[in-house]
Amino acid sequence: MSTMTLDASARTEAAQAELLGVESVAHSAEVRKTVGRPFIEIAKLRMRDVNVCYGEIQAIHSVSLDIGCNEVVAMIGPSGCGKSTFLRCLNRMNDTIEGCRVEGELSLDGEPIYGPKVDVVPLRARVGMVFQKPNPFPKSIYENVAYGPKIHGIASRRAELDEIVENSLHRAGLWNEVKDRLNKPGTGLSGGQQQRLCIARAIAVSPEVILMDEPCSALDPIATARIEELIDELRANYTIAIVTHSMQQAARVSQRTAYFHLGHLVEVNDTETVFTNPEHELTEAYITGRFG
Amino acid sequence: MQTPTLLALLLLLVLAVYGTGFSRALGAARSLGGVRNLASLPSYYGLFAALWCGLPALLLLGAWIAFDDAVIRAMVLGSLPDKPDTPSGQNLLYAQIQNLSAGHLIGEKTPQLQSAADYLNRLRHNSSNLQAFLSLTLAVGLAAFALLRCSPKLCAREKVEKVLRAILVACACAAIFTTVGILLSVLFESLRFFQSVPVSEFLFGLHWSPQMALRADQVGSSGAFGAVPLFTGTLMVSAIAMFVAVPVGLMAAIYLAEYASRRVRALAKPILEILAGVPTVVYGFFAALTVAPFIRDLATSVGLQASSESALAAGLVMGIMIIPFVSSLSDDVINAVPQSLRDGALGLGSTRSETVRKVVIPAALPGIVGGVLLAVSRAIGETMIVVMAAGLAANLTANPLESVTTVTVQIVTLLVGDQEFDSPKTLAAFALGLMLFISTLVLNFIALHVVKKYREQYD
Amino acid sequence: MTDLTQAQVRERIAKRLASRHRKEKLFRGLGIASIAFGVLAVVILFSDIISKGSGAFMQTAIQLQVHYDAQVLGIDTVDDESLAWANFSGVIRQALRERFPSATGRSAKRELYSLVSSGAPFTLRDRLADNPKLLGGSETVWLAADDDVDTFVKSLKGSEAGFRGRTSDQKAGWIEQLLGSGELKKRFNTTFFTNGDSREPEQAGIRAALMGSLFTLLVTLTLSFPIGVAAAIYLEEYAPKNRWTDLIEVNINNLAAVPSIVFGLLGLAIFINFFELPRSAPLVGGLVLTLMTLPTIIISSRAALKAVPPSIREAAMGMGASRMQVVFHHVLPLAMPGMLTGAIIGMAQALGETAPLLMIGMVAFIVDVPGGITDPATVLPVQIFLWADSPERAFVERTSAAIMVLLSVLIVMNTCAVLLRKKLERRW
Repeated sequence: MSTMTLDASARTEAAQAELLGVESVAHSAEVRKTVGRPFIEIAKLRMRDVNVCYGEIQAIHSVSLDIGCNEVVAMIGPSGCGKSTFLRCLNRMNDTIEGCRVEGELSLDGEPIYGPKVDVVPLRARVGMVFQKPNPFPKSIYENVAYGPKIHGIASRRAELDEIVENSLHRAGLWNEVKDRLNKPGTGLSGGQQQRLCIARAIAVSPEVILMDEPCSALDPIATARIEELIDELRANYTIAIVTHSMQQAARVSQRTAYFHLGHLVEVNDTETVFTNPEHELTEAYITGRFG
Repeated sequence: MQTPTLLALLLLLVLAVYGTGFSRALGAARSLGGVRNLASLPSYYGLFAALWCGLPALLLLGAWIAFDDAVIRAMVLGSLPDKPDTPSGQNLLYAQIQNLSAGHLIGEKTPQLQSAADYLNRLRHNSSNLQAFLSLTLAVGLAAFALLRCSPKLCAREKVEKVLRAILVACACAAIFTTVGILLSVLFESLRFFQSVPVSEFLFGLHWSPQMALRADQVGSSGAFGAVPLFTGTLMVSAIAMFVAVPVGLMAAIYLAEYASRRVRALAKPILEILAGVPTVVYGFFAALTVAPFIRDLATSVGLQASSESALAAGLVMGIMIIPFVSSLSDDVINAVPQSLRDGALGLGSTRSETVRKVVIPAALPGIVGGVLLAVSRAIGETMIVVMAAGLAANLTANPLESVTTVTVQIVTLLVGDQEFDSPKTLAAFALGLMLFISTLVLNFIALHVVKKYREQYD
Repeated sequence: MTDLTQAQVRERIAKRLASRHRKEKLFRGLGIASIAFGVLAVVILFSDIISKGSGAFMQTAIQLQVHYDAQVLGIDTVDDESLAWANFSGVIRQALRERFPSATGRSAKRELYSLVSSGAPFTLRDRLADNPKLLGGSETVWLAADDDVDTFVKSLKGSEAGFRGRTSDQKAGWIEQLLGSGELKKRFNTTFFTNGDSREPEQAGIRAALMGSLFTLLVTLTLSFPIGVAAAIYLEEYAPKNRWTDLIEVNINNLAAVPSIVFGLLGLAIFINFFELPRSAPLVGGLVLTLMTLPTIIISSRAALKAVPPSIREAAMGMGASRMQVVFHHVLPLAMPGMLTGAIIGMAQALGETAPLLMIGMVAFIVDVPGGITDPATVLPVQIFLWADSPERAFVERTSAAIMVLLSVLIVMNTCAVLLRKKLERRW
């Protein structure tokens, strides 16, 4: 059922997109081409002409974008604009949704992401994901973080596993809070702690890229600030793509910002440029709060 | 007057009273200047009168039908100067009188019996006349009373709704009455049984042969009521059934919930549910005539001795019957696990099966255990398959190829046919019923509790 | 701290990939195998029943030239009394002897007479009663063959020897002779649908059992549907949340899982023993099944009531409707399709139930078709149980045919429930 509800919500999102599209036919002509700086020289993730369809409904229209090493790219836009859908393409989480088709070229370090021979298991180990709602497994804190290394067989000894768990919790800034209760269930933590636990869980398998799908939308401002700090620290080691609803957050954590509108990528630029001097009128309308 | 005629008459009366109440209210409304000046709508005045007319009369009628036989019997037996002391003797005598009054002549006919039979006929005649007279008088009287009470100021709707609400409450309590009824019926007879057979012998005795001797000097006259072979037989058949149903049902549910495309799900689910809709007697026939011979031949061909009625055949078919039960319960439970947990596991690079085995199943475990317990309680209480395919011999054995007997089989064999309600043989069935009721009650209670707690966790 | 580099991690992941994918395939295979097992069980069950039972819809009959000889019959006029005493078997025996003059001697004649069903004289009696002019005349009639003959003929396939059972060589010869001349044929078995139970398979039918099932279900439906709906309305719309309501809820859920045979014990002890209602009657069967299906109906009715959105109740209340008016004018009509679906499913469950009815004596051998709810009767599943126990091979066939009838009725009921749900149920 949960697959179905998710499917349904994705559908409604796409349907909303279409509805909005009817209202703003005038705009759609203008967003044929992405303005700004979507491409960079050394790209970690390279996407070209990506189209995503849910059944008959097209949710993403020909999006091209590069994400470089050790940078944080924020994706913003009104709800239903396809930013989450786009993010979920990068580690093929869209595969779990029935009727979802992805076209276009997507590559990680030059290796294709989609393709008949590509194995999603090692791919997802390289491109980790943090979800909107904290989703710790109903297991102990230790087991939550150890889950990834265990299934992938990353640790050869128990001591190694302990070390990975401790390291990951350290990096997620959670170690000091939970070191005395590693065997307590992860679901007993506060919302912010749960989300950091999920980040620790994601980095325990040493990914190269971390995708974050509105990681703070379910959290209070203090927990949000904590996560934002963490994202800034993580940038040293990982490439991060973050979808966010909050423009302030995008401004705080990212180096580059991509603005999505009704399944089109309207503008990509340095974060500062986007928020101070947007090139596209739609972007400007959005950041000045005329809709969204 | 016959009861159906009386009922029809009452119904007509009730309709007439409803009409009268309705039209009187309308008339009153007209003189007051419109329905809005009445306390309630006219139809409620009709209903008010109709309820007064019908309900008490129906209750009286019901009570009369339920108890008139017992009263008449006591009166007839009381009229006889010399009657037997034992209940069974009285039963026999009364049956004789009944036969005589119906015109069948069985056995000798004494003037005393004849007069008793005449008395019985008179009483019956009087009873049915009195019943008709009393209920009709009550109906008419109360209807008149209610119609007289009807006035524009009377809030008929409130009164009617109060009565309707009381009826709703009574219906809701039917479940409690049923449980109490079950408890009372099995408990009383069981207590009578335990007066002649000690509880310890029943619970721990290893020998079951409930045949009571007709004469004291007959061979094997005592009759043995050690129920252990029945308990082990029940457990063995249920265990075999669960051995089939749990893995198959669970894996089928997992496949349908986690792997299957929408089209496969739409096709496979109804097919599996067909298995749940097939009556148990059909499974019994299938087990006895197709599966059991097949298993016997198979066993013989590999050099094993198998009886034609085997625990294996019954258990196997029962397992097939329970598959959809397990799979639909597990399906509910697996679907209640939030998708975010699956996403979390998949996002870390788990394969589907790792997600299921290490995240979904552990999260769903309480619910699955609850479902399996319900399935066990079903297997224990299943009757027809074992009656037709497991056999009657109370063997204390661990060999699934031998025939075993179960609690339910023995209840059926002890109670089918004419029974005397005072032989331990018949009462033993109620003692077995008590065991069955208690064990399934405990299982259901635990299972429902576990499932409920599980649901609350993800709500 | 021996930090693993990303490259090391990649390598370790890659090493285990193959075995993980193997396990994945295995797991998936197990899932498919489980589904296949279930589907296979359905297919085997149905094909087994159909292959065993389809033969029963045809019945072997023998064509005979019978002469309604008043002397043999021992009557001179045709009236009810003389028909009851007339010797129709003598007429049939004479016809058989004429057809096979070669059969002489006591044992050969007995063999010969056993070709025709022992119910055949009644067929002749009915024909004569319908047409009294036949007395003294003669006609060609098809008479039902004995079940041994029926079994033998049905098992003949091509050149293989048929199932003999009690059939002697001589008898087999006669049968083949009749078959060759077209005087022995398989015809549609109307008896199966018009007769009650019988000890003779060729005369046994399901009419009595069907009527018994109908009366029992009528009693069940008239009691359990109103009571169940009323209980659901109270629990869903009125009941305050307190201990008493909790107790009722726990009770209902528990009763839904109590073994059906326990309800039979209740019926035996309370309805038959205490209230002295008639044994074997559809009335008692219906009462027992009412108690058994009540939880099902209450649970599904509650679900239907729950599905009606509260906004409708609020709208009606806002207009000043009383609680009872809200329920009966607005909620109940909207919830009715769901409740009816639940009722049909409950009735299907009651129709297939056997065990509790054995307890209250509906298992007796009853030939007559019941005419009311207090007549002794049996029901279709119990009839199946009784026939399944009979030793004659021809009963196996009839049992399977009765199962086919029962299953078709159940399939129709369930299809109705599904269609009703699809047609009428509104999605909010």
